[in-house]
Amino acid sequence: MSEILYGVLVAPFRDMAGSPAFLAEVVLGGVFAGLLYSLVALGFVLIFKASGVFNFAQGVMVLFAALTLVGLLERGLPVVVALVLTALVMVALAFAIERAVLRPLVNQEHIILFMATIGLNFFLEGFGEMVWGANVKKLDVGIPDRTFVMAGIQVNQLELFAAVTAAVLVAVLAVFFHGTRIGRALRAVADDHEAALSIGIPLKTIWVIVWSVAGIVAMVAGIMWGAKSGVQFSLSLIALKALPVLILGGFTSVPGAIAGGLIVGVGEKLGEVYWGPLVGGAIENWFAYVVALAFLLVRPQGLFGEKIIERV
Amino acid sequence: MIYREAGQFKTTYASDQAVFPIVQDRVVVALAVVAAFVVPPLVADEYWLQAVLIPLLVYSLAALGLNLLTGYAGQLSLGTGGFMAVGAYAAFKLATAFPQLNIILAFLLSGAAAAAIGLVFGIPSLRIKGFYLAVATLAAQFFLIWLFNKVPWFVNYASSGTITAPPRTVFGVMVSGPTATPQARYVTALALVAVGALVAKNLVRGRVGRSWMAIRDRDIAAEIIGVRPLRTKLLAFGISSFYCGVAGAELVFLYLGSAETLAFDISLSFLILFMVIIGGLGSVLGSFLGAAFIVLVPILLTNAPHLAGLALPVALQKQMELMVFGGLIIFFLIVEPNGLARLWQIAKEKLRLWPFPH
Repeated sequence: MSEILYGVLVAPFRDMAGSPAFLAEVVLGGVFAGLLYSLVALGFVLIFKASGVFNFAQGVMVLFAALTLVGLLERGLPVVVALVLTALVMVALAFAIERAVLRPLVNQEHIILFMATIGLNFFLEGFGEMVWGANVKKLDVGIPDRTFVMAGIQVNQLELFAAVTAAVLVAVLAVFFHGTRIGRALRAVADDHEAALSIGIPLKTIWVIVWSVAGIVAMVAGIMWGAKSGVQFSLSLIALKALPVLILGGFTSVPGAIAGGLIVGVGEKLGEVYWGPLVGGAIENWFAYVVALAFLLVRPQGLFGEKIIERV
Repeated sequence: MIYREAGQFKTTYASDQAVFPIVQDRVVVALAVVAAFVVPPLVADEYWLQAVLIPLLVYSLAALGLNLLTGYAGQLSLGTGGFMAVGAYAAFKLATAFPQLNIILAFLLSGAAAAAIGLVFGIPSLRIKGFYLAVATLAAQFFLIWLFNKVPWFVNYASSGTITAPPRTVFGVMVSGPTATPQARYVTALALVAVGALVAKNLVRGRVGRSWMAIRDRDIAAEIIGVRPLRTKLLAFGISSFYCGVAGAELVFLYLGSAETLAFDISLSFLILFMVIIGGLGSVLGSFLGAAFIVLVPILLTNAPHLAGLALPVALQKQMELMVFGGLIIFFLIVEPNGLARLWQIAKEKLRLWPFPH
């Protein structure tokens, strides 16, 4: 018994204190993974805020954007042109989704809309692979991927780049949401659909904008993830990892998505490295969910979420 | 239907609240069940029994279980695959540890094991609901699968990590293991599903089902009229997991023969959820219709190009399948968000008045 307690409570911290450089590397790896989760979670939050739809297809949108970008690059287009074209494709996709899926399902229950996005998930997966092929592809948009040593810690340039990009993206989104006319309209829609409609905010336009922004966020996430591990089907599965991130950060909060992503990313790396061996490893798969579950019991609205949960 | 209830007077409460109040309905359903028992084993070939009908029955039972939880009690769950895995591994342990144990009893006991696990993972539902609960049940899904992967005791220390259904008999007929005929497997699965559906149908029209629906529709109001949320929700989780556990045991023993944890991963949970939503939330019939839709449509889509005389590359066909499948889900939701069961109900209403609709 005391051995177990020692293994859980003492040994990991002794190891951490023993080699701070290694600890820092583990944390950095966690931060990078967490940022990528955050970027996916950000797309969820945007759509959930503005339309109350839990967009299951966000993961496939990441995959679709990355596939499109790779496909365009393979056809010899310059990086900038390919990026702009991919962004345009994501906007067009937002239009199509609004027209074909959201508009006919206005006023339906959330679970129905959730189901519809699962249908969308299948459709986009098939469509993306049909147009661009199903092979694992290397995505190279010119982000350097070298490792250098800084203060005794190995730092990857790609990870640094991802961190900066995520920070910039969040800053831009924050300004967009709080400082512009469209941003105010978005927040109004998020608060109350009907009230927003009654003062003349065009709901359909807002939806298209939100889905476009979510599409572009998906593109950024796709670039980062694709540059790290290649563009392949497993990209769409990170959508599931974004769920505990959302729980931790709150479904409606942009900063919450970032903080939740970092907590999940760092937490699961630390858990895997220091506590994983106690139970045979590979706890990364469920660690985040159990943390989220424990968290839910204490604070159901998440770190920064609005208190909209109906308590039972 | 084309027939009407004219002239059938109900003189007792019992007859008024019967599962099928109309004589013709009873006859048709009884005939359908008898036909389901007799016709496919005689007519269908091995491919149809083993690759289409048996999975259809197994998935129907799982969908039925999830429908009790999500459709009737209103608790969204994405842990179905995990609970099915509990059933499968429990049945495997029981069948190998007690070789003389009747396999049907082993199925039921493994259902009970799954129910116990379901109760544990149902506890968060007392504080949270909706998508939050879905994430909580995802924890069950990932944790259980990890557990079965990590602890070799569950697979009897087999180095391959797979569980294989041992040969077992029911009333002297081999129903599991490599030598069992598809006919015997089919009849076993059908019998379990038929009993399960009958029990479910009676559950949902009785006190238990009504308290579930009260909790689903407005939990606070339900609490005020005296439905206890704790007991009701946990009961829903327990019974739903029981069904899923039995279905999981069947999945290995009657359908796959041997399986790894991969067979119970998150995609299985989603598959069962699709069946429930497409078939119709809160409908016993809907569980069957949904399972039929999800099992049969991909088969149809796979064979459609052949029938049309087109020879498509395999990859392209796979992608087309995904697109059509996704498109169909969206289409059905737009046309009838309440699922296939509601479509069937509308058709029945129409037929009832036919040919004089006014």
